Amino acid sequence: MNHPAMDLLKIENLEVVYNDVILVLKGLSLRAQQGRITALLGPNGAGKSTTLKAVSGLIRTEDGEITEGAIRYLDQPIHRTLPERIVRLGIFQVMEGRRVFEDLNVEENLRCGGFTRPSSEFPASLERVYAYFPRLQERRKQLAGYLSGGEQQMLAIGRALMAKPKLLLLDEPSLGLAPLLVEEIFTIVQRVNAEEGMTILLVEQNARAALSISHHGYILENGRIVMDGSSTSLLNNPDVQEFYLGLGHGGEKRSYRDVKHYRRRKRWLG
Amino acid sequence: MEYYLQLIVNGLVVGSIYSLVALGFVIIYKATKVVNFAQGEMVMVGAYICFALTVQMGLPFLVSFLMTLIFSVVLGLCIERVILRPLIGEPIISVIMVTVGLSTVLKSLVQLFWGTQIRVFPPVLPSEPIWVAGVPIAPIYIAAFVLSGLLFAVFSIFFKYSRTGIAMRATAMDQQAAQSMGIGVKNIFALSWCIAAVVSSIGGIILGNINGINAQLGHLGLKVFPAVILGGLDSLLGAALGGLIIGVLENVADGFMQQVFSLPGFKEVAAYVVLVIILMIRPYGLFGTREIERV
Repeated sequence: MNHPAMDLLKIENLEVVYNDVILVLKGLSLRAQQGRITALLGPNGAGKSTTLKAVSGLIRTEDGEITEGAIRYLDQPIHRTLPERIVRLGIFQVMEGRRVFEDLNVEENLRCGGFTRPSSEFPASLERVYAYFPRLQERRKQLAGYLSGGEQQMLAIGRALMAKPKLLLLDEPSLGLAPLLVEEIFTIVQRVNAEEGMTILLVEQNARAALSISHHGYILENGRIVMDGSSTSLLNNPDVQEFYLGLGHGGEKRSYRDVKHYRRRKRWLG
Repeated sequence: MEYYLQLIVNGLVVGSIYSLVALGFVIIYKATKVVNFAQGEMVMVGAYICFALTVQMGLPFLVSFLMTLIFSVVLGLCIERVILRPLIGEPIISVIMVTVGLSTVLKSLVQLFWGTQIRVFPPVLPSEPIWVAGVPIAPIYIAAFVLSGLLFAVFSIFFKYSRTGIAMRATAMDQQAAQSMGIGVKNIFALSWCIAAVVSSIGGIILGNINGINAQLGHLGLKVFPAVILGGLDSLLGAALGGLIIGVLENVADGFMQQVFSLPGFKEVAAYVVLVIILMIRPYGLFGTREIERV
């Protein structure tokens, strides 16, 4: 809110190659503004997760390589920085599929999240996470493997809050969750953004939920950004409505029979 | 009866050393999923270093004991840095084969420097036995048992409550997720090799004080396999109990075979009989995780 126009993260012309041959990102550019929620939408295999992993540096652990372009965080290039350094710079990725440590209990998981912070901060940070997620406090001595999917997602986000990042990368927090839980989680994400002023880059397949809490959105297809704009403008865009929100031109629900028009009627180049 | 009591006491002492070495083994396995075939040789190297410092350089035992521990830390770091780090990202079986090679290298180095004959430590503790429940026990045996117990307590607390210990367990479960939290996986690996080298050395020093040392000491590493498989490859508690059980079992079984059938040498195979039985009926061990990969 203080500097609404400042870009915390700037990705310029990013090209990522996996296993030396598979070109996943083909010149992707995007920006995440300080204090805002930026949504990154797109179909399976478009390169959404790859984008986040490129930022957090985790891409190196998967034989991926940034071959072209730059990632700037606070105007410093970070695409050659090791993942553990990047966490210390204030970027934290909540990975797809929650990835909680199943044989550790809730509190131990949270301690791992705060690994880069001084131990003296731990009690206060724990309080804060429990304030957002009272359910985690109830289960704090339980093994993470025995939590429900929603609670695991809460734990994954709680773990990120322990690290007090400036930039939070959220990869598909709605994955495999019931609609009510998705709503609950997204409300908390919105609160975290509003109350902590945390900048969030949100990757989602659930376009409606993502655009309802984000300020700005990008649509990624085939390794390129094909469209971007404020979330309200995207929500009202007829193409987005048709291809991502499942609505027809007039805003009415589309019949499944018409879906075959998908390819032909797309107005942008994928 | 006293005969068997004596065997059980001996078994517990030898078993506590197995437990120590198993502890190192389990720590490496837990953090890195590598089965370290050079564990026994790390025991031997520790014992020889302490021997060299005490006997050949004439340092007081306590000083050389501490210096050996420092040396072990360096050894662990070197092994990790020089041999294992270049193999990150390679299949785990390659790393395991490298530890087989490492065991031969360490053994050859020891033979090169110290030859193959048995070396004896000067007595550190008085040899006057202490009577416990009507059984005479050498003080060094008691010291060995207490020291092992103490180390287990320390490491259990470390893994349960310290942030680094928790991070090590996290890394064992999901390396990439651990990395996403800023946990330096390479440092964790290095640390686990250091700990393994240190506990192995302590085991070697105790063993050297009891039996003397020679270049065959590394075979102890093979004895530790039954112990960790019995206890479960990834369980600290399993390592502790597995070591003790194997120690007692092989001593009692050996004594029994000698007394009843006058068959000598059963000691050498008793542990492996247990190994085979365990693998048949409960391959993940007493306390191991069920889905873990077995070797």
